[in-house]
Amino acid sequence: MQPRHKFVAGAVLITASVGYLMVSGVRDTGVYFVTPAELALRVSSDTSIHNVGIRMGARVVTGTIRRDVATQTVYFDVSDGSQTYPVVYRGLPPDTFDGDVDVVVEGRLAKDGVFHATSLLAKCGSRYEAQPTA
Amino acid sequence: MTVLGELSLWLALLLAAWGTFVGALGARSRNPDLLASARRAPYALLLVISVASLCLLVALLRHDFNVQYVYQYSSRNLPTPYLISAFYGGQAGSLLFWALVLCAFSAAAQWLTPRRYNHLMPYVAAVTSMVTLFFVVVSLFAANPFERLQFTPPDGAGLNPQLQNPGMVFHPPLLFFGYVGITIPFAFAVAALLTNRLDTGWLHAIRKWTIVSWVFLSAGITLGMWWAYVELGWGGYWAWDPVENASLMPWLTMTAFLHSVMIQEKRGMLKKWNMILIMLSFVLCIFGTFITRSGIVSSVHSFAQSSVGDYFLVFLILLVAGLTALVWTRMPRLEAEAKLESMVSREATFLFNNLLLVGMAFTVLWGTMFPVVSEMFRGVRVTVGPPFFNQVNVPIGLALLALTGVGPLIAWRKASPANLKRQFVAPLATGGGAALVAALLGVRHAYALLTVALSAFVAATILQEFLKGTAARHRLHNENYAVALARLVARNRRRYGGYIVHAAVVIYFVAFIGDVYKTEREVTLKPGETASLRSPFGHEYTFTHVGISQYDQLNRFVFAASLEVSKSGRRDGVMTSEMRQYLDSMGQPTFQPSTEPAIRSGLLEDLYIVFAGSPEGTEEAVYRFTISPLVWWLWFGGVLLVVGGVVTLWPSSGPSRASVRRALEGYQTRMVDEEPMAGVR
Repeated sequence: MQPRHKFVAGAVLITASVGYLMVSGVRDTGVYFVTPAELALRVSSDTSIHNVGIRMGARVVTGTIRRDVATQTVYFDVSDGSQTYPVVYRGLPPDTFDGDVDVVVEGRLAKDGVFHATSLLAKCGSRYEAQPTA
Repeated sequence: MTVLGELSLWLALLLAAWGTFVGALGARSRNPDLLASARRAPYALLLVISVASLCLLVALLRHDFNVQYVYQYSSRNLPTPYLISAFYGGQAGSLLFWALVLCAFSAAAQWLTPRRYNHLMPYVAAVTSMVTLFFVVVSLFAANPFERLQFTPPDGAGLNPQLQNPGMVFHPPLLFFGYVGITIPFAFAVAALLTNRLDTGWLHAIRKWTIVSWVFLSAGITLGMWWAYVELGWGGYWAWDPVENASLMPWLTMTAFLHSVMIQEKRGMLKKWNMILIMLSFVLCIFGTFITRSGIVSSVHSFAQSSVGDYFLVFLILLVAGLTALVWTRMPRLEAEAKLESMVSREATFLFNNLLLVGMAFTVLWGTMFPVVSEMFRGVRVTVGPPFFNQVNVPIGLALLALTGVGPLIAWRKASPANLKRQFVAPLATGGGAALVAALLGVRHAYALLTVALSAFVAATILQEFLKGTAARHRLHNENYAVALARLVARNRRRYGGYIVHAAVVIYFVAFIGDVYKTEREVTLKPGETASLRSPFGHEYTFTHVGISQYDQLNRFVFAASLEVSKSGRRDGVMTSEMRQYLDSMGQPTFQPSTEPAIRSGLLEDLYIVFAGSPEGTEEAVYRFTISPLVWWLWFGGVLLVVGGVVTLWPSSGPSRASVRRALEGYQTRMVDEEPMAGVR
């Protein structure tokens, strides 16, 4: 075989490996990203949704945050305006977590309708930009 | 002040348009007046953009809250260094800052480039003016930093606490220098295509610019990791956030370019590939800015949504279309002068390294854009996070690490079995030995073991190069070893500087191993209570909560929780982690409270303590204890990388002035073994 062909074979091998890594990576680690309304729609049509990981982007409902310091658990409601879900998160919420802040929770929806989050990201509109003045 | 600033921006708009137009026209018509005018455009632009920047800075320092930007990002009680960093802390200011750095770089490129490249310079000026034009347009029409409010608020909204950190003063400028620096090689590439002067001339002209921007980009990324580590309080330094990915992608393609360019210089191959790589790097810089400012993918770092994203999208589309057309029409002139002769050669190794680097950049792009892609094609948004990036990129990264060891030692064209044996037996043995020792010490994680083996292998290849070179000089020149080593590096800066950078990369990988062994525990402690944590290196840490103190400091109110720390039974001092509530000048709280972790760095492991809060009215404290092994090496690797870069860049790789004088006087002699001065590397 000519060196050029060998190189092409090597290149194809590398490209195929990278491609395989990407496809399998998405298959193994990809999670659905939904809003509360989309989640409600899915729950009604497909009960297997309780068994898969979900990321939900929504806004924390002001006044619903309850922190249990002893067990380091946070309870709060999230909503997108049309649908609301209670969330339980064990761990330390990020600095920017607060009422009326956009969050992304990742975890599973239990059968009783409570979202058990294993990760909590708070996206703060004022992270780099000041809140627009009212 | 803002009137002058805005006026300067309008002037910049005209100048940039003039530079773009005249540069293109003058180079085509060869009218010397137009050419001279085009080459002066970057200087004029630097002047007016500097005036505009100064105006914004003065507005910030004078607390002119009638200016919306000043109101949004600063306050009366903000310490002065952060007042200055507020210049690039927000959207509008950062775009102006980008334009400023770009003008400085393009003026420097016009100033410093040797005369023999004069035929390229008007086009280079045209390209940099065009990019400046874009940023000025965005500044004027989408994110004007000089916009005024209809009333004057008594105080500003203040700078986000997380930006009030020394890392934030230096990290964005460094990253910008890197991003913007890429514009210069890009401009030369376009100039070479437009003028059809596609010999290696333009490659020589950009060599230093490429390395400068790469070193800035690397330093900027590393400093960003450091900032995330000391400020964000989650105990890590890299989260595969879109903003981080946006800086990583051009870094990967630039790294590929740095390597493949050597093949073109040496063997006249890969001309098309190099052209595409440098353009890709520039486009990825703009693309990275686009995804972080348009809100197309959600990121914890993102700027507020605005029409800025639309401008970037249009610019991107025009850019990609224009560049594709340009490269397409020049394809026949970019044919390779040589063919690949063997798989076992430096060329082949570099090609694989390039494929892997670009492949990695593509996976990062894919993962970052996956929510958008999946929604477009499958109707559902599927997101991928750190597990995806780690699963995909760790194997690619390790393959690259292996090539880092192979590439520099393997012969050009075709490596002989003798070459392979001479160069690789000792390093391979070292790598195997290191893995064995690690396994005996209890390392069981497969990737960790592999990283140990490969790191030791690469480190051994680098050490071997230094040793052989030094020994050769010692033998041939009768120099003592220290002098021989110094002269070896001084005479071959590009090569040995490159090795130092490789050593730094090895150190990064060693630091990454630590992440596998990160240990964490969250505990709530009453005063006097104790918690303990065992580190991967077998140290038993115990923490005794002392209490919480409260006090005022600068522009914030601080809750500080202190712990007595003991390590394996011996007292090891007090560590204090803070929770800061920032206040405005009226003493009212602004922003949510932010945590300031207590960090004790060591060669083996970092102790990282976050005080996460305390129940109302008690002195109990919620803590998170993290032991992060080997993190310190990341910062050390960053410093070493910059050192290596500086060695590579150090000027006067040509004949020294003294030797030129000797040559002129007819005394020049050359040692038989001395490497010829030019043309080797």
